[in-house]
Amino acid sequence: MFSKKSIYGVLSSFLIFCILFAVGCGGPKPETGKPAITVWHWMTDRQQAFDELAKRYEAATGIKVSFDLYAPSDAYSQKVRAAAQGITLPDVFGILGEKRDFASFIKAGHILDLTPYMNADEGLWKNQLFAKALAVNEFPEGNSYGVTPGIYGVPIDVMTIQMVYNKDLLKELGFNPQKPPVTFAEFLEVGKKISAAGGSASGGKQANMQGLVSGWGEVWMIDCLANNYAFNIMGKDKVLATIRGEVPYTDPDWIRVLTLFKEMQDSGVLANGLVTMINKTAEQLFANGKAVFAFNGSWCVNVYRGMNPGLNYGAMLPPQVSDKFPMTIWGGAGSSFMVNARSKNKEETVKFLKWLTDKDQQAYLAEETQNLPANKDSIKKISPVLAAFAASMDLSTHPNVWGVSEYPSVIEAFDKGIQSIIIGERTPEQVAAEVQKTKDRELARKKAK
Amino acid sequence: MRIKSTLENYVFVIPAVAIFAIFYIIPFVWVFQLGLYEWDGIMPTRVFVGLDNFKEIIFQDKIWWQSMLNAGYITLIALTFQNALAFLLAWACDREMRLKNFYRVVFFIPPVLSEVVVGLVWQWILDGHYGLLNGWLVQMGLPQLVRNWLSDPNTALTTVAIVHSWKGFGWGFLIFLAGLQTIPRELYEAARVDGANAWDTFRNVTIPLMIPVAVLVGILTVLGTMQAFVLIIAMTGGGPAYHTQVPVLRILASMRGSSRFGYACAQGITFGVVLIVISFIQNRFSKKYKA
Repeated sequence: MFSKKSIYGVLSSFLIFCILFAVGCGGPKPETGKPAITVWHWMTDRQQAFDELAKRYEAATGIKVSFDLYAPSDAYSQKVRAAAQGITLPDVFGILGEKRDFASFIKAGHILDLTPYMNADEGLWKNQLFAKALAVNEFPEGNSYGVTPGIYGVPIDVMTIQMVYNKDLLKELGFNPQKPPVTFAEFLEVGKKISAAGGSASGGKQANMQGLVSGWGEVWMIDCLANNYAFNIMGKDKVLATIRGEVPYTDPDWIRVLTLFKEMQDSGVLANGLVTMINKTAEQLFANGKAVFAFNGSWCVNVYRGMNPGLNYGAMLPPQVSDKFPMTIWGGAGSSFMVNARSKNKEETVKFLKWLTDKDQQAYLAEETQNLPANKDSIKKISPVLAAFAASMDLSTHPNVWGVSEYPSVIEAFDKGIQSIIIGERTPEQVAAEVQKTKDRELARKKAK
Repeated sequence: MRIKSTLENYVFVIPAVAIFAIFYIIPFVWVFQLGLYEWDGIMPTRVFVGLDNFKEIIFQDKIWWQSMLNAGYITLIALTFQNALAFLLAWACDREMRLKNFYRVVFFIPPVLSEVVVGLVWQWILDGHYGLLNGWLVQMGLPQLVRNWLSDPNTALTTVAIVHSWKGFGWGFLIFLAGLQTIPRELYEAARVDGANAWDTFRNVTIPLMIPVAVLVGILTVLGTMQAFVLIIAMTGGGPAYHTQVPVLRILASMRGSSRFGYACAQGITFGVVLIVISFIQNRFSKKYKA
């Protein structure tokens, strides 16, 4: 019926397909006898600098390093998860996600414990790096994630998330450009002036001067500012007790935190359309001198330099509400790299990361990308605005160092609830009740497990 | 001899079956299996939770059902506004008119554009600060209509639905046009001889013969619109609050945001069942009309 030739043809085509498929799934092979190190990352703005450093490392050691960029960050995150499931992670990779995800990667055996390397030579490597940046990658004794204590990542840069203000616009509104608002009341006062000038609160129809811009459409930035105020109003212990489920979100202090967003909206200090604004739009508005304030991370210095090198601005802390507790901001490791525990080139990879976080390389990265270096000795070469961000490092904290994590569904309910308050759909009390309901549901689910 | 021939036949089928099994059947079964587990997508171990994920979706996850309603609203706009527009334009292009080939091309441009690009362009047009739409409204002396179209909870979903309709009407246009061209011209001529005017011809010839096509377009519109999400991510990210959340965005949030892969699979299955039920109803509806 069918000739043998055609049967062999079909079978061999299928075999070729299978072989090509299998080969396609494999990683790149080194061209020389020396090991090649592969790094996966998502940082589009740093690719050029990374490539240059890779060239320098190859020239110095003969070891080829390949920085493979996968962007946007969502796609990168999925790629890393898929690679973890398929045990095809590269030598070095970063994890975008919460501490809980980081812990899962460690417990699944994907990440090398770097503690012995960090502590070698009396902690030479460890002591070079900012302690706050290292803490983000550290799991302390008795952590709630059940991870063996240790340091599991190397910070490449550090960041703080705070506010920046446009000096020219502040002056235009009649305020001293060298003295940005320090208290929340002063901050609201600026909002009222913006409204009077026909800006944010009037719908931006006339003057179009906006108050505070930020990427609150990507809700984690709302969470960040809300947490800053939670620390300021009730202190770290109470915030962590809430996460542990010991204090309800309906507590008056939490309602006060939520009310701040209503007050900001009512004063006109929040930009029009802030709730769906992506950070790129916020950065454009601020860089183009359309917004008085921006809530952004230290990476914005590089972004603003690219968009408007002549922008006259300064960094400031979010204006504080209470003097009971210090104003705390999010900060720590901006981005970190982890070593694949199953990599054949573990030792070479660790050596490379040591080299990458060394003073000279860090200074080069800071200069090229305007990000705060992770190495303490490289901090001297940064710009004045970036130095202002660096100066706030001592006031920084980060959810990844708290030892406990809030449930993502609770965070979502909290952040979306704040959006609802801003658009006037819910009251702070209603949002607090809804968040607590979500929390109760998660706690019940955990108990049932 | 017969066995040999049968085996030979199977050899030819094996590659297709293998590829189909690897890329369709196995993932499909895996999704059903994962729906019964609690899994973060990273750990090698999973916790069997039975039907708990489904119970949570059905009885506790209000946002999920709100997202279903939002998708239903966008679908309703698509079924009415989008398909009416598609039909009217197809009908116009089917008639003798100048530049009709040019219009056919123009009307089919939106569907072939990238959803992300369309979303970002419309976001720019509708922007509350420097958007073209608000600029035009002010120039036309209608400043009272100026608003943040995508951040205002009263307009966000409708705005997204209209942009979605603009992006998608070209498909319906194409199918309606193909359907209109299959109507024999003699029927129009006979109607004209019988004294029917343009409206009578449209009502008594065109519409009845286009009903099967309209049902097909309707089914495709429902399936396509209920699953829309790229355009929405690009325009609003699902906000403000939950006003433009749709089921696929919720599935993504469960998978990426909460790292609940099992729950996301259960949501996917629930969503699939809803779509199958809708398609079944539409199919019954279509058979009734054909009869």
